[in-house]
Amino acid sequence: MTDVNHLITLLTIFVLAIFVGFEVISKVPTTLHTPLMSATNAIHGIVVAGAIVVTVALFNSRNTDAVVTIVAIAAVTFGAINVFGGFAVTERMLQMFRAKGAKK
Amino acid sequence: MTPSSGSGLAIAAPLLDLAAISLFILGLHFLNSPATARFGNRLAMVGMAIALAVVLTQTGGVAWWAILIGVLLGGSIGIVAAILVKMTAMPQMVALYNGAGGGAAALIAVVEYVVFLRSGGAGLDPIISVSMVVSMIIGSVSFAGSIIAFLKLQEVMSGRPLTYPGQQGVNAVIALAIVVLGAWFVVSAGTLPVWGFFVLLAAALALGVMFVLPIGGADMPVVISLLNSFTGLAVAIAGFELDNELLIICGSLVGASGTILTVDMSKAMNRSLANVLFSAFGSAGGGEPAAAASGGPQNVRAVSADDVAVMLAYASKVGFVPGYGMAVAQAQHSVKALADQLEKRGVKVFYAIHPVAGRMPGHMNVLLAEANVPYEQLLDLDEANAEFPTTDVALVIGANDVTNPAARNVPSSPIYGMPILDVDKAANVIVLKRSMRSGFAGIDNPLYEMAQTAMLFGDAKASVDGLTAAVKAL
Repeated sequence: MTDVNHLITLLTIFVLAIFVGFEVISKVPTTLHTPLMSATNAIHGIVVAGAIVVTVALFNSRNTDAVVTIVAIAAVTFGAINVFGGFAVTERMLQMFRAKGAKK
Repeated sequence: MTPSSGSGLAIAAPLLDLAAISLFILGLHFLNSPATARFGNRLAMVGMAIALAVVLTQTGGVAWWAILIGVLLGGSIGIVAAILVKMTAMPQMVALYNGAGGGAAALIAVVEYVVFLRSGGAGLDPIISVSMVVSMIIGSVSFAGSIIAFLKLQEVMSGRPLTYPGQQGVNAVIALAIVVLGAWFVVSAGTLPVWGFFVLLAAALALGVMFVLPIGGADMPVVISLLNSFTGLAVAIAGFELDNELLIICGSLVGASGTILTVDMSKAMNRSLANVLFSAFGSAGGGEPAAAASGGPQNVRAVSADDVAVMLAYASKVGFVPGYGMAVAQAQHSVKALADQLEKRGVKVFYAIHPVAGRMPGHMNVLLAEANVPYEQLLDLDEANAEFPTTDVALVIGANDVTNPAARNVPSSPIYGMPILDVDKAANVIVLKRSMRSGFAGIDNPLYEMAQTAMLFGDAKASVDGLTAAVKAL
């Protein structure tokens, strides 16, 4: 991580992804504001992957005890709530759009 | 990113991550249009499944039981809550999920810090110490702020903006503490006393609470959207901490798109984001604009369902103005039934949909669509306002703030400047309301005291059903 080139690479990825994020949302009808918010919410649920990585690192460090293990499990739990709940609730919101389409 | 097994996985893993990221971006793209929105969400789900499968493979079975507990517990809580939640409570549910994500980012930093402490290391790499402390701060703000937003929307606590003397001072002290402790953490490369780290954590949580408290309940969807992009940013920075590209990309993607969405939402209410966040909505005059407006509505006229039924049946044009009250009472099918009765009698019917009626944008559209209201009868703000001057009866069903003429003509009103539905321009206005309680923004509505306005008190569904029966009997 001290490698400057590596840091530059990560920063490049970071900045480019920000531009993509700005561009991918355009002229969204108000009807879709909430489902879209909910979907982006689910996508940052990827944090659960980070929680898993850090839990593995904790166990590998062999310096673990009950309290930290519980904190790590809590991190995974929170991340999983974000991911699974986020997608499920978005799906439920969007089901209401289908009802309209199906009728036609 | 050190895959535990052979070189096959070492190549496959980043490629699969790339596929997952592409699916997220395509998913968001398809979510821009109602016709393809579901497909977009499905794509993102597939992307997430791929990304998580890769991560799980890379663990090599280490800590498998801890991960299993977390995923099963979190997954079942998330999914069960998503299934059980009422449609009216969607926005606060999103707030909770978002808060969980922010909390996870903060807890990752805590675990990393503890691992560092116990490793007996001399100091943290500067990039890791900066990203650790920043993702912890932003994640904690998002976590605590989301919980306050949830409590406000769930009406566990008052939706009114909460202000108190010296608020600015308190916030300044908290912010200063965060800056000082955060800087200390980075400068000392993580070797500051342990209490310093946990005071920093507590201060960041407090900042999240203080940030959302002064914002009114009606503005919560905007706040949730902003906190959503905060969590995205926290996740991106946690990606730097963990040297994980997947987190960096997904986090910044959400941080950026969430910001655009937040700005769009404030625009839909004709206000700037800064105005939403810092005007302490509802405390513009430094305290009591609600009381200053009229001292509470007194001169309201109540009518019976039979009177209203006659008025409706012999009208030539009737406009329905649905709001949160219709959503709570699940009255959309009853409203459709009443509209059908009226149309049978040759009455022209339309529905006036305010962009922020209800508790989330598009709330009314989905409810009325569920009741099979024809799409062409749903008029947006401008179309509806063109109709009201020639409308005989405007039937306001559980909507309040979005019809408040004070937004048009009382510059001191906290909602002044918000575009409203001009129902007061209709010849007659019938307001269906449970009680004289003020609306979600916590301000009085002068509409109720106008000469052409009459109130029909009661649960929206019961009232509308009563009207339908009365119209049928005529």
